[in-house]
Amino acid sequence: MSKVVSLTEIMAEIESGQTVMIGGFLAVGTPESFITGMLEKEVTNLKIIANETSYPDQGIGRLVAARQVDKVTVSHIGTNPETGKQFNSGKLEVELVPQGTLVERIRAAGAGLGGILTSVGIGTRVAEGKEVLEIEGEKYLLELPLEAEIALLKAWKADKKGNLVYRKAARNFNPIMATAASRVLVEVDELVEVGDIDPDQVHTPGNFVDKVYVRGESNE
Amino acid sequence: MNKEEKRKIIAKRVAQELEDGDVVNLGIGIPTKVADYIPAGIDITLHSENGFVGLGTAPEPGEEDENLINAGGEPVTINPGGAFMNSADSFVLVRGGHLDVTVLGTLQVDEQGNIANWMIPGKFVPGMGGAMDLIVGAKKVIVATEHTIKGEKPKILKECTLPLSGKGEVDLIVTEMAVIDVSDRGLILREYNPEFEIEYIKEMTEADLKVSTELAEMV
Repeated sequence: MSKVVSLTEIMAEIESGQTVMIGGFLAVGTPESFITGMLEKEVTNLKIIANETSYPDQGIGRLVAARQVDKVTVSHIGTNPETGKQFNSGKLEVELVPQGTLVERIRAAGAGLGGILTSVGIGTRVAEGKEVLEIEGEKYLLELPLEAEIALLKAWKADKKGNLVYRKAARNFNPIMATAASRVLVEVDELVEVGDIDPDQVHTPGNFVDKVYVRGESNE
Repeated sequence: MNKEEKRKIIAKRVAQELEDGDVVNLGIGIPTKVADYIPAGIDITLHSENGFVGLGTAPEPGEEDENLINAGGEPVTINPGGAFMNSADSFVLVRGGHLDVTVLGTLQVDEQGNIANWMIPGKFVPGMGGAMDLIVGAKKVIVATEHTIKGEKPKILKECTLPLSGKGEVDLIVTEMAVIDVSDRGLILREYNPEFEIEYIKEMTEADLKVSTELAEMV
């Protein structure tokens, strides 16, 4: 059964108020067609989990600029002045998480783990309100898993079974998020036949993927 | 001495700390410039926390690749022998003891080796990005910073007043005036720039600065 669908079918899954993971690092590896679709559908009150909030005119930053977001869980907001502005005026909730901890919390959810222990953040504000465990004399923060209803990802190639290959630095958070959401929706540049991707070269096995949209395809 | 001259002195001096075979992460700003001064014959692998090792130079104009940026969002290249990885593996490299050196800029650093470089409450809250992981994870943490804020206010303090990024993790501070070791005995002035009097360097440092018995000139 082919997982390839139209953009309309992808958009039918995205609703206001959802918790959504979005792949990418400063918009490299972000599914821009899905972002455009969300702007057009005017879904609001989104809770976004991503590396950062990009720039006001790119990637996730466009959703923030359009005020469609209630909360972001990210490692950085400095490249998007709109995020800072909405945060300062109390319109947007921002949870800042060290980048390595952020990706590992997502990985924990996808891997069925109850949390992770890390020494990153010990002695800083990041530790506030968190449980500290001491193991063999070393202090660690207990960081809890992060999961989402939807993951919106970008890959380079997919086959009809949803096997994915990413391109260069556009891989980043995408393969980890593919494991941590109830529905995994992927925008790709290129669709190939089943069997065209060498199994040794698959980055995300298709069983983690629900739907694939081929960028630029007519919307039918 | 203008800002550009200061940055050059700092970047050049930090580059001399790197050893053949080191895996190194360079932060944004002065640290990025360290790559321009790596001594000949020293083979360094640069890590980019958005997911690769083998970070190369900027591409020729028109040769930019939309899928290849550094952690600051600038177009870059990857060297032969480089490798891409996902963000989880990128931070496995950082936290797991596989990164030899990280070079970071800072807002404040203090004599206990504490560093504050991610926020000024109420004013400037960009977030920590990967900095906290790098500070805890790297085997050696080098702070590359101008000695003062605008030539007047010390950045090297007895105790950081801004929210910390890491506690007791800094190993070395390199400024346009000095090379300072962070030790159990506090801050040790190891090298100084002869363009500045030692007394002046001490005056521009809020923390107590002990002069090494092997004090040398910065080269």
